Amino acid sequence: MAADSPKGVLVTPIFKNNPIALQILGVCSALAVTTSMSVSLVMTLAVVFVCAFSNLFVSMIRQHIPSSIRIIVQVTIIASLVIVVDQVLRAFAYQMSQQLSVFVGLIITNCIILGRAEGFAMQNSPKMSFIDGIGNGLGYGVVLMVVGFFRELFGSGSVFGFTVLQPVQDGGWYVPNGLMLLPPSAFFIIGLMIWVIREAYPEQVEENEFKMKHNTEPKEAV
Amino acid sequence: MAQSNNSIKKILIVAFALCIVCSVVVSTAAVALRPMQALNEELDRKTNILRVANLYESGMDVEAAFAEIEPRVVDLRTGEYTDEFDPDTFNHFQAARDPASSRTLSGERDIAGLSRQENYATVYLVGDGDDPEQIIVPIRGQGLWGLMRGYMSIEGDGNTIVGITYYEHSETPGLGAEVNNPRWQSQWEGKRIYADDGSLTPAIRVARGSGSGEHEVDGLSGATLTSNGVTNMVQFWLSPEGFGEYLARFREDVSLDEAQDADVELETEGA
Repeated sequence: MAADSPKGVLVTPIFKNNPIALQILGVCSALAVTTSMSVSLVMTLAVVFVCAFSNLFVSMIRQHIPSSIRIIVQVTIIASLVIVVDQVLRAFAYQMSQQLSVFVGLIITNCIILGRAEGFAMQNSPKMSFIDGIGNGLGYGVVLMVVGFFRELFGSGSVFGFTVLQPVQDGGWYVPNGLMLLPPSAFFIIGLMIWVIREAYPEQVEENEFKMKHNTEPKEAV
Repeated sequence: MAQSNNSIKKILIVAFALCIVCSVVVSTAAVALRPMQALNEELDRKTNILRVANLYESGMDVEAAFAEIEPRVVDLRTGEYTDEFDPDTFNHFQAARDPASSRTLSGERDIAGLSRQENYATVYLVGDGDDPEQIIVPIRGQGLWGLMRGYMSIEGDGNTIVGITYYEHSETPGLGAEVNNPRWQSQWEGKRIYADDGSLTPAIRVARGSGSGEHEVDGLSGATLTSNGVTNMVQFWLSPEGFGEYLARFREDVSLDEAQDADVELETEGA
């Protein structure tokens, strides 16, 4: 990762080192909250906020964190931020917080955030850590928005709640794909995204750990 | 530095300071935002009342529409209106906790799992207060995981259901939480609560299999215990223990004498 400049730290996680597509972290919540784009957007903002500030605070006190309890300290900071986000959502976006239900609380267990706190903020300055948090939150958000776009478009025929493909039940022509509203469809879309990103950055493709054998050995006809 | 960081003293100081700071931040957020959250919950409750009465349209002014609905406090023991409380501020959940305004329920009488029931409850009347088009009554009871709170709207005849809704529950998403699925809720429309023989005991229930009868609603597949909870709370709140006697005032097939008889019976049972 040649990402020592602030810009590099911000931009690299979005495509080159995407937390979901390359590191395959935080997939669980990406399956759950991507049925509509507006919900994905709120989730993205929540994760950007939590990731940026948890990185900032962890980095600020990193010289004083005893290594034996460092994970507990990090999780406590993350959990406090998540509760604040949850309370703010309930006060200012009640309908949205009802739709996100438990998944705001589950940001605490999102591996991306703990991963950045432990992997980046413990070794870097507060400023860089803050930018890294925003970058990784955005990297998570890009995947969420793309998945949310396809799921809402094909599952409900709309984008951000505006009808694009008029569904049959409202007198239109489009038969919504029910699978797109279920979590498994996010797996397919994330899989396809990983494929596309690895086509663009071939260095992401891992080497095979073992070689596949042919099912049958070709033999000369006797 | 690294050495002193791992001393027991340092660990305790860091852990303690962190806990103090985090708890101050979290509690400040919770306390400061509480009034706005309460406002939102109140708005959500009103939206649910409008929705159960089929009066809700998205984007409408909930407060203005809610002002058209007349709240009245009912004495559940007699089925009469009472002016003892202001209907706008009366909180029947608080009343249920206060021994002076509630009674204990136990054993077979407590089918909804409430253990205490208030003596007064707020009903919401749509249309003319004396001859309402719809009567909206609060219902609550145990589901599978916890208390479910909602509303049921009944037509002016005191017997035909308009709709049911839950504004607070903790049932399993995808199974029990389907009580808030509009498709399931729409089945309730037109179902009749009581049998035609003038009985005060509700016949309505959530049935397994096909809920085809006029007193039956199709159960939620995979959520038998939630369905049972719904049956129990509906039967409890519409029986003479709940709004049965109040609703009898609107029903044509029940003479008020019968209702009085049931009242006496209940008194002795209570004693």
